[in-house]
Amino acid sequence: MSSDSTTKTLGVALGLCVACSVLVSTAAVKLKPIQDENKKIDVQKNLLLSTGLLKSGAVSKKEIEETYNKNVETKMIDLSTGKVSQKDPSSFQLGVTDKDPAAAISIPSAEDIASIKTRAEVRPVYFIKNGGKVTQVVLPIHGKGLWSTMYGFLALAPDTRTVKGIGWYSHGETPGLGGEIENPKWQAQWKGKHVLSEDDYNPVFTVIKGTVDSGTPNADQKVDGLSGATLTSKGVESTINYWVGKEGYGKFLTNFRDGGVL
Amino acid sequence: MSIKKTLFAPVFDNNPIALQILGICSALAVTTKLETALVMSVAVTLVTAFSSFFVSIIRNHIPSSIRIICQMVIIASMVILTDQILKAFFYDIAKAMSVYVGLIITNCIVMGRAEGYAMKNGPVMSFIDGVGNGIGYSLILILVAFVRELFGSGKLLGMTVFKTINEGGWYMPNGMALLAPSAFFIIGFLIWGLRSWKTDQIESE
Repeated sequence: MSSDSTTKTLGVALGLCVACSVLVSTAAVKLKPIQDENKKIDVQKNLLLSTGLLKSGAVSKKEIEETYNKNVETKMIDLSTGKVSQKDPSSFQLGVTDKDPAAAISIPSAEDIASIKTRAEVRPVYFIKNGGKVTQVVLPIHGKGLWSTMYGFLALAPDTRTVKGIGWYSHGETPGLGGEIENPKWQAQWKGKHVLSEDDYNPVFTVIKGTVDSGTPNADQKVDGLSGATLTSKGVESTINYWVGKEGYGKFLTNFRDGGVL
Repeated sequence: MSIKKTLFAPVFDNNPIALQILGICSALAVTTKLETALVMSVAVTLVTAFSSFFVSIIRNHIPSSIRIICQMVIIASMVILTDQILKAFFYDIAKAMSVYVGLIITNCIVMGRAEGYAMKNGPVMSFIDGVGNGIGYSLILILVAFVRELFGSGKLLGMTVFKTINEGGWYMPNGMALLAPSAFFIIGFLIWGLRSWKTDQIESE
């Protein structure tokens, strides 16, 4: 039979596709557990980096796991009441549960400043403890940038308004422009900024155009914009304000300040 | 052609980037850092070698009407495999490479070798040809990345060589070295150098 007959053409195409898809899917299935483990460690690493417990990402898996298990306590919080829920933390998957129809609620578009459409009712909060006392409260946050949903961690001091650190562990913003949200130098200036106002604890965080200097009014609530990435900067601002606001973790933060959570 | 010639001809005499002018796109994209360039080099070499090998095995059965798509299926499978392995065992590097691993599929060298060599030669020679072209590609990529990382950020493999002004040193980084056009200049200089050395590569006017 010649290689160019219709039967042979179809046969080769079919055979090749089957062989290749078996190869690719076997690899994907077999390597999935290792990849998931890597992802988990990567998320833990970024959480620790945002709190400052880890200074650099160049540490071993074991070290990350040890530091994480020693310092971090996860509690599930019901965002509608702001109280601790009995749900198992392992039932929550960052980036997945927020879109799961069984666990998520849809956000009214007027409130949806972070453009995420849905969010889970019960979300984790990570408490960093030192000698039994909470030193930092870490919120897992996400929101839309220019191209992608940006996922990160916001570490707050026990007063719930002072930023201890920020970290973004997954995003698809333009490398070199919006991608600079990963830049440690830019993230460093977040430290000590206030995301909530002093008197009534409303979200007041802004990413301004240009740089914050001593002449900027309310400089404690502002960070520098990323040049060439106005929309990413806006997205970062809305994401922070959404999650610390009353639609996000606001109720929990109020309860926490009043000492009614732990 | 002898094995040695097949393996080493693409390094200087018939370099895929410098003479065939293939694979320029990724030579611009992943060469801002030496580390990503090294990983990209290994990945492209492996993909070229194995896809040429498999294409060559079934070359007598591929109907000419769908031969390009058949090559693409094989190449794409190899690339996905590489991507999965990187994600499983070199997670940080895979994260830094992001979409570029997937874009090996569009690297003209891989397809060029499958179509231009593997379709006419035996599996072993095709494999060697793939490795050789991979090495030729890697050589240019590594040279370009070396220059770009050194002058763009004063570092090599992430280690400081020239201390930059931002970190309290003396070196003012050349910002253009981090932008894509600089790769064109460097590749241009490399081609100039290569053709001054091997004058038979100069095209007649």
